[in-house]
Amino acid sequence: MTILPRHLSRLAALAALSLICVAGAAVLPDDRADLFWSQYRGGGMDITGESVLVRKKFSEQFALEANYFVDKVSGASIDVLSQASVIKDERKQKTVSADYIHDKTQYNLSYTNSTERDYISNTTHFSLSQDMFGDLTTVTLGFTDSRNKVGENNGTAFKPVIDWLGHATSRSYEGGVSQILTKNLIAGATVEVITDQGLLSNPYRSIRYLDPTVPLGYSLGSQVYPNTHTSTAVEGRAKYYLPYRAAASLSYRYFSDTWGVRANTIELGYTQPVSNMFIFEGRLRHYNQNQATFYSDLFPFVNSQNFEARDQNLAASTNNTIDGKVTWAFAPEGFLIFKRATVSFDVSRIQFKYSDFRNIKYYNDTQQGGLYQPGTEPLYFFNATVLQVFGSFFF
Amino acid sequence: MRGSLKLGIIGIGLLLGACSIQPWVKPYERDRLADPIMSWDRDAISAGYLDHIYESREGSRGATGTAGGGCGCN
Repeated sequence: MTILPRHLSRLAALAALSLICVAGAAVLPDDRADLFWSQYRGGGMDITGESVLVRKKFSEQFALEANYFVDKVSGASIDVLSQASVIKDERKQKTVSADYIHDKTQYNLSYTNSTERDYISNTTHFSLSQDMFGDLTTVTLGFTDSRNKVGENNGTAFKPVIDWLGHATSRSYEGGVSQILTKNLIAGATVEVITDQGLLSNPYRSIRYLDPTVPLGYSLGSQVYPNTHTSTAVEGRAKYYLPYRAAASLSYRYFSDTWGVRANTIELGYTQPVSNMFIFEGRLRHYNQNQATFYSDLFPFVNSQNFEARDQNLAASTNNTIDGKVTWAFAPEGFLIFKRATVSFDVSRIQFKYSDFRNIKYYNDTQQGGLYQPGTEPLYFFNATVLQVFGSFFF
Repeated sequence: MRGSLKLGIIGIGLLLGACSIQPWVKPYERDRLADPIMSWDRDAISAGYLDHIYESREGSRGATGTAGGGCGCN
């Protein structure tokens, strides 16, 4: 029997582990702790996020994960600015998640609580993944149940007065398959159907309708949404290991829903490691959607149809993202209790453009010149910058 | 009798063999796929955070493999 040198046997063990990992869900990932900071700036919003994640295996079959995320929001988007004062809010999200492996099946159960002053969400998620066909294929089935309490702050940013308006529930059914096609190519497909019921409109957004009795020429009114919504999203993706050590990825998602929205998302990615110290990544994403059937930027008169929306999320729009990320393995050999540690810097620039959502904040205001008639204001657009810095410590 | 039993066993064996799919990429050929650069999402928090940004500003959602909460209303 040949005895391998110690580091070689360790490498062999790691390689064996990795081989099982790539085959699917037979081995739990490494224990890790992450510290995360993010900043989003764009469209009048300034959001800072902080998060901590800890993942720990208690045996080869069982692992627990806990994540705490805080978003601090100041400012407000264009439609809030056009009708309300600047807001200040905080969202706290807590998630606990458990993974259990039995043979070639991995089970995951997670619970998430997200709390804002005017919105409380409780989400339970269950999924199972099964490796099959010589571990070339992994099939995943998932179910998510989300119960939400929707409110509106009718006070100020500093003296909130929350009126609870109602509830919304959401159920999601997801199926996916991941397939090893060649020794350099892996592909996957996911289908997710989500059904919502309850109060589904954003209380901070309003419709506007022509009103010749006021100087502006239009008035604002409440949105009226259907109280049910069902959507289907299908995504296909592939990742290819290039002849030199690098990877290229491509994904496409088609979305449609019962509100008439159809959307396409296409994403290209490239990953280039440099020595064992750095991984550079680039990502391009394009998104487009048409408008919902009951959306209009300007309704002819109040209550002109059963359902009325002027939420920019339901307007025809496109957005493009360019993203760059570098991961630095600053302690590849580990330190203290950690086997290795990395720090990542990620910068994204996103350009949002709307085809039928107009900027009414600074235009057609008679006090500022009254340059535009209702419905002729410039189309709204904005750019956002997203920064992420996070450290990952594997133990 | 014994011969036909053998034939039967061989036949069943052949049928079962035809049913099972042989992995065309052997486990020892998957070292490239096991490279961390080939993982879909190496960093769960970052992937979830970006999904939340998009979901809060777009009309579409789902099939991205991450779950979260909150309305992102403002």
